[in-house]
Amino acid sequence: MLTALAHDPLTLRLVQAAIAALAALAVALLARRATVPLTGDVAVALVRGLVQIIAVGSVLALLLRGPAWTAGVALVGMIGAAGATSARRARGVPGAFRISATAIACGAGSTIAVMAWLGVIEARVAALIPVGSMLIANAMNTNSLALNRFQADVLAHVAEIETALALGAAPRDSVAPFQRGAVLASLIPAIDSLRSLGIVWIPGLMAGMLLTGARPIDAALYQFVVLAMMLASAGLTALTSTMLIRARVFSPAAQLILRVAPDGGAAPP
Amino acid sequence: MGAAPGVTPALRLTGLGRTVAGTTLVADVSLDLGIGDVVALVGPSGAGKSSLLRLLNRLDEPTAGSVAVHGMDYRTIAPPTLRRAVGLVMQRPALFPGTVADNVRYGPRQQGRRLDDATVGSLLERVGLAGFGERDVAVLSGGEAQRVSVARTLANEPDVLLLDEPTSALDAAARAGVEQLLRDVLAGASTGRRVSAVLVTHDVAQAERLADRVATMAAGRLVAIRRC
Repeated sequence: MLTALAHDPLTLRLVQAAIAALAALAVALLARRATVPLTGDVAVALVRGLVQIIAVGSVLALLLRGPAWTAGVALVGMIGAAGATSARRARGVPGAFRISATAIACGAGSTIAVMAWLGVIEARVAALIPVGSMLIANAMNTNSLALNRFQADVLAHVAEIETALALGAAPRDSVAPFQRGAVLASLIPAIDSLRSLGIVWIPGLMAGMLLTGARPIDAALYQFVVLAMMLASAGLTALTSTMLIRARVFSPAAQLILRVAPDGGAAPP
Repeated sequence: MGAAPGVTPALRLTGLGRTVAGTTLVADVSLDLGIGDVVALVGPSGAGKSSLLRLLNRLDEPTAGSVAVHGMDYRTIAPPTLRRAVGLVMQRPALFPGTVADNVRYGPRQQGRRLDDATVGSLLERVGLAGFGERDVAVLSGGEAQRVSVARTLANEPDVLLLDEPTSALDAAARAGVEQLLRDVLAGASTGRRVSAVLVTHDVAQAERLADRVATMAAGRLVAIRRC
């Protein structure tokens, strides 16, 4: 139907983007009727997402012609941006940005570096940037979930944690159950993605490869490779971020310093 | 005031205070607690009684003054070691999921020690819960939970017990039971070892029943102290 309205590929894509955005806005309006305030967030996310992806598309067009090191610069920038985005999920935790950026760099950055060195990811811009960005985005989501869950659990269990401290427990031990819970919860999406691969969904990378004429078995195997790398980087990210945040919620004298703010979130100590 | 002359008190508070964001929670509190002494802190809500107990267990950091435990500045003692020696029983017992015995073993386990069944049984007997070891904490009444909380703190063999309104959430019968338990524990009825205590309570009659001295707090300060 759309092909009758839009004759050139660019117009067709713009019309498709407008229809998809309208669908998301309609859901946000529907949510507002159910007193779920989503409209503002969805509108901003759509505009931001569109502007960012067009900008990235333009930059990619330039980068693809550049040397391999430019991919490293781009990926470091992505890690910084992912850290800043994820840190908002741990407002009230001192050094949330540093924790997030470090965890994502440890999780996604080290996975990308090792896999590129081993040759699992081809060491060229056209492979490093798209695959690296997938790993970084996934690590960012994992980090957000881990920080959010850990912070919420600590705030909900202040009495238990302080009781443990009062009984002579080390800070690390007093929050160990919540650290475990945060790591496990943050890895659910990555594990479920791998578990349901091919049965519930055909991921974008594989779909894209198929659309560009790759052999289905090649596309399937490469998709598995990417998802397995995502799981590895997510696990490393979650372990790093919960370990780092754990150190930030206690004072040097082993006192819990994270407190509930009047808005229900965490208050800075 | 409190410890005999020439004897190092179990706990010495000197000009102790805590101010957070311009709000004074505790100000200039000085007090000696001799070995086996029991001091009750009374006063209206917000007077700083619980805040003072938290400072003594170092769950919060003083912003003024000092605390000495058996003559040692408590900042020089590792917090876990200090907290085992100056044990805190909170107003609402936060029991860890599991059995009563798991809870009683918690403190010693942090030092890599496993209390044997006989020791756990003896601690539970001291708090009037003989035979409760394998019971799930989820099924305990408020009074029973508070008793487990006391037994759990006693398992660390503290020199000083800090009791933050330990009977405020209990009915009259349970309150009487916990009071008797505290009298026995503090007097060393079954161990021969007297334990010093700071008891926070709203109930002046209870303070007089349990303590040697009653200290009144108002606006974070110790405004009066008298012998019972």
